[in-house]
Amino acid sequence: MKTNNRNNVHQGVVKRLLKMMFQFYPVMLPVTLVCIVFSAIVGSVPAVFMQNIIAVIEQSWQSGDWSSVSTKILTLAGILIVFYVLSLIVSFTFGQFMAIITQGTLKKLREKMFQQMQGLPIKYFDTHNHGDIMSHYTNDIDTLRQMISQSFPQLLISAITVITIFGIMIYYCVWLTIVVLIGVVLMLFITGKIGGGSAKYFFRQQIALGKVEGFAEEMMNGQKVIKVFCHEKESEADFDRLNDQLFEESERANKYANMLGPILNNIGNVLYVVVAVTGGILLALGVPNLSLSGLPIGISIVVPFLNMTKQFAGNINQVSQQVNAVVMGIAGTSRIFDLLDQKPEVDDGYVTLVNVRERDGVLTECEERTNVWAWKHVHQADKSVTYTKLAGDVRLFDVDFQYEEGKPILHNISLYAKPGQKVAFVGSTGAGKTTITNLLNRFYDIADGKIRYDGININKIKKSDLRHSLGIVLQETNLFTGTVMENIRYGKLDATDQECIAAAKLVGADDFITRLPAGYQTYISGNGANLSQGQRQLLSIARAAVADPPVMILDEATSSIDTRTEAIVQRGMDALMNGRTVFVIAHRLSTVKNADVIIVLDHGHIIERGTHEDLLAQKGQYYQLYTGAFELE
Amino acid sequence: MIKELAKSIREYKKTSIVTPLLVSLEVVMECIIPFIIAMLVNQIKNGSDLGVIIKYGLVLIVMAGLSLLFGALAGSTCATASCGLAKNLRKDIFHSIQNYSFENIDKFLTSSLVTRITTDVTNVQNAYMMIIRVAIRAPLMLVFAFVMAFVMGGKMAWIFVVVIPILAIGLSIVIYKTVPLFRKVFKKYDNLNSSIQENIKGMRVVKSYVREDYEEKKFDRAAADVCADFTRAERILAWNGPLMQFCIYAVMAFVLTFGSYTIITSRGLELDVGQFSALLTYSFMMLSSLMMLSMVFVMITMASESGKRIVEVLKEKSNIENPKNPVYEVADGSIVFDNVNFKYSEKAERMALSNINLKIKSGETIGIIGGTGSSKSSLIQLIPRLYDATEGVVKVGGVDVRDYDLKTLRDQVAVVLQKNVLFSGTIRENLCWGNKDATDEEIVHACKLAQADEFVSQFPHGYNTYIEQGGSNVSGGQKQRLCIARALLKKPKILILDDSTSAVDTKTDAGIRKAMREYIPETTKIIIAQRTASVEDADRILVMDGGTIQAIGTHEQLLAENDIYREIYISQNKAGDSSENK
Repeated sequence: MKTNNRNNVHQGVVKRLLKMMFQFYPVMLPVTLVCIVFSAIVGSVPAVFMQNIIAVIEQSWQSGDWSSVSTKILTLAGILIVFYVLSLIVSFTFGQFMAIITQGTLKKLREKMFQQMQGLPIKYFDTHNHGDIMSHYTNDIDTLRQMISQSFPQLLISAITVITIFGIMIYYCVWLTIVVLIGVVLMLFITGKIGGGSAKYFFRQQIALGKVEGFAEEMMNGQKVIKVFCHEKESEADFDRLNDQLFEESERANKYANMLGPILNNIGNVLYVVVAVTGGILLALGVPNLSLSGLPIGISIVVPFLNMTKQFAGNINQVSQQVNAVVMGIAGTSRIFDLLDQKPEVDDGYVTLVNVRERDGVLTECEERTNVWAWKHVHQADKSVTYTKLAGDVRLFDVDFQYEEGKPILHNISLYAKPGQKVAFVGSTGAGKTTITNLLNRFYDIADGKIRYDGININKIKKSDLRHSLGIVLQETNLFTGTVMENIRYGKLDATDQECIAAAKLVGADDFITRLPAGYQTYISGNGANLSQGQRQLLSIARAAVADPPVMILDEATSSIDTRTEAIVQRGMDALMNGRTVFVIAHRLSTVKNADVIIVLDHGHIIERGTHEDLLAQKGQYYQLYTGAFELE
Repeated sequence: MIKELAKSIREYKKTSIVTPLLVSLEVVMECIIPFIIAMLVNQIKNGSDLGVIIKYGLVLIVMAGLSLLFGALAGSTCATASCGLAKNLRKDIFHSIQNYSFENIDKFLTSSLVTRITTDVTNVQNAYMMIIRVAIRAPLMLVFAFVMAFVMGGKMAWIFVVVIPILAIGLSIVIYKTVPLFRKVFKKYDNLNSSIQENIKGMRVVKSYVREDYEEKKFDRAAADVCADFTRAERILAWNGPLMQFCIYAVMAFVLTFGSYTIITSRGLELDVGQFSALLTYSFMMLSSLMMLSMVFVMITMASESGKRIVEVLKEKSNIENPKNPVYEVADGSIVFDNVNFKYSEKAERMALSNINLKIKSGETIGIIGGTGSSKSSLIQLIPRLYDATEGVVKVGGVDVRDYDLKTLRDQVAVVLQKNVLFSGTIRENLCWGNKDATDEEIVHACKLAQADEFVSQFPHGYNTYIEQGGSNVSGGQKQRLCIARALLKKPKILILDDSTSAVDTKTDAGIRKAMREYIPETTKIIIAQRTASVEDADRILVMDGGTIQAIGTHEQLLAENDIYREIYISQNKAGDSSENK
């Protein structure tokens, strides 16, 4: 049922792929196609020359007189050699072009996929398994490679060869052609049966393999937990079950695939015999020939006919070998198109962030970097332009939000942060703290209410500019393969080395960086596997510092560093927070205490708000939380 | 390497041996068929009786039938043998990983282990299939066809002596040039893919810094590089086709001209039309088997890399084994460290732990505080023998941990690891890792102690809520609490929490400690924490620094006497006050 569904949804995948390839290679692809067609036709003509040469031999072999026929035979052979040379040139060109086209198409598709992926909303990444997204780039692209470089040319060559040979066959003898046709129908039928079966099991094999992979990955990730719980035997048993399933599917798939070759091959052999015997009978009985050429049936027709039969069967065999590749290729291609067809993140904001010069309180836009920024608001009604200086004033009005229909996460959230103010969110896990920060930079759009940044509705602000104006340090640190310097510079691409180092110094990362083997040029990979958790966090804080935005969002960033590092981070963080509007989700008392306002969230509602002292005086939830940690003394 | 991999053939030895035999028989048939066909053609040409023609035809059909039978059987046994080998390899890899100690696990990246189980095994499987089928078939075919060509064509066959080396040399050059190229480009390809993975994982960072364009450019550069290398390799490989064609054409042109000359001048004595066409068939067989051989060679070279990686995992032996006469009973929850030194590997220069002497009474609650790299985790990992002490002795319940049955020891010493994971499955299934036969009451009780019952029962499906892989559908704090509950279900004599409440809010954290104090007082509890608040109420607190125990004492003692402890305490509790004073 699932496979049916697949086929229904993705009609026209091949057409779309071919169209795309034509767009990529408007000249090269047609040239390649012409080459393929030509080489297929040339591949079929030797039969004609052979027929002619044998006919000559037949007439004169008893005479033993070579000189009388030499010119005839040598001319024929000469023409044949010309054809061969042409064919070699053509097939060489086609081979070279095909290599370029295949790799080029894959590259362009990869780029398209990646570009498309960059434009997708965060929701896509939150709702799709990262391994599945990844497999578009690995497995799906691999199936495509196979299909483009092998299957497509092979199918085309075979189709043309078969048609050409068929034409030649009819030209010589209709009777024998009918015999061959019957055999071909039989071969196609078997290919459909066995090839289809094999494709079905290959599909299942892929699914089973995916399961094994997923299970292995999960277990390897939790290998230490398995050891601690002595759960080895259980996980082995589970693995063995999945592994046995995979074995069964792949054994079946490969059995079918392996058997198809010999079966078709030998049907070809039998067909050969049948044609030979039929030819013999026709010769012996002297049946009148039915053909386009009008030639009588003779050995000069039967012998090339036998070779053509072999070629015919060989081509069908070739086609059958491609069945699996094509089926898998189409599935892979449609998954790739699925990704390409995902709706990208919409950005219809028109308020942009520009550099300005301020003179007597009047803001004028300018090209060069002044480090003074303003929101350029082109009013849609009258096209008038106003400039609002970027200050970092953020206000939420009655915000409601839900990730999924019918499951509201935030209710009626209203709060404000004036420039330079620090807002701390407190509340148990799942209260909606992280969600609020997701809304500020529009990773998700609010369902109801308004969020204003410097008085402008954030829905009107161009997303990229909104995000430029917001710094973020996430709980989970993500670094990129490259040097430490490059990772810091990620915050501001045109930052000089000095600026990056200054940012590192500001947040207290300079100390450990200079102690790394190659200092700022130390190469980190695998998300900074060679750095400690605290060091990675320091880097991500330095990255935010170099970006220097007026508003910062800190998401539980300090929760898993050890106390000493934390003290360093804390100092840097304070420096970073200084003069900025800050939204912080923290467990740390120090951060909370320093906040201008503390928002206590519970199940998506603000239940308390105020300063540390206010809230303690209220003796509400915050008081309980706060004292809860200390009543143990 | 081959020896090591071959160990995994096991029950598929029979099919592995039968396959080449069947393939050989198939090849014999395939080579004789053109021979008989040549006779048949000559019979037809000579206008023989229908009876004779049909007799030859029947012989041929029987032979084709046999060839089909052998071929199909070989295909089937080959599938069984190669898939079977793959199955056993996967099994052996997985099982040997299950036997790994922590030290072994540390050596490999998860992703690289997964690739070995999947991609690498598939490569070996395909190569094996090639070896037992094609690698036998191609040379046999080459030899047979060569012999037959001489039998049929006489001196005509000398053309093959010329052509075959040309093709062989050509193919060798292509292989020689492409294999290193492919090796190089596959590495680049891996890097490209891992950078995509990085991008997907860090998408929030990419988007918050508006680095989509930057990432695209970075990707395009890398993709162009990979594409250029791949194209270069593929273009060299594309020489194969024309090369093969050239040889076939050369043979055909030769046979057609020189062949006709021979037939005519010898009046059909040295060569006849039937042999003439059979020669062409044999030439095709020979050259294509040569081609096959070159493909097999390429595949085997590629697969040998995979084979090496697999063997690496299989050969890795665990350094922690069950003792010969293990102790199956842990007397109590007391722990002794006697002059313990520890380093993570023999090669490591620095001791992770040095000179540890410590006695913990059964039922005591011990807090451990210290900076990153102070070896807090190393210390507690010696207790359930996740690592072995390099020098000195660790005793649990008065017995050296190395004398215990591993399962017994680890069941009694429950560790909630710092990097903890839940597995896909229901909450109940996850909790039952602690105790397979836990009753509902026991599960709920454990969750209540870990302060997890409240949020679990709020889920629509309660304890039957499905946890996604990696526990992605519960928050960090909830995950930590479930992990604690899972450990509690073991009803251990010693419970170790390695920074297991870092994502839990302070109130819940306190709740967990309170519950443990009240409900499992007889269990020895060791709590590693970043917050002094989490250990303040412990009987004793260890302050770790640089792999040594810097101080031991109660909260009050340490606050009064220990600088490190006091510094940590102040930084966590007085930060607000100090800023107020500013």
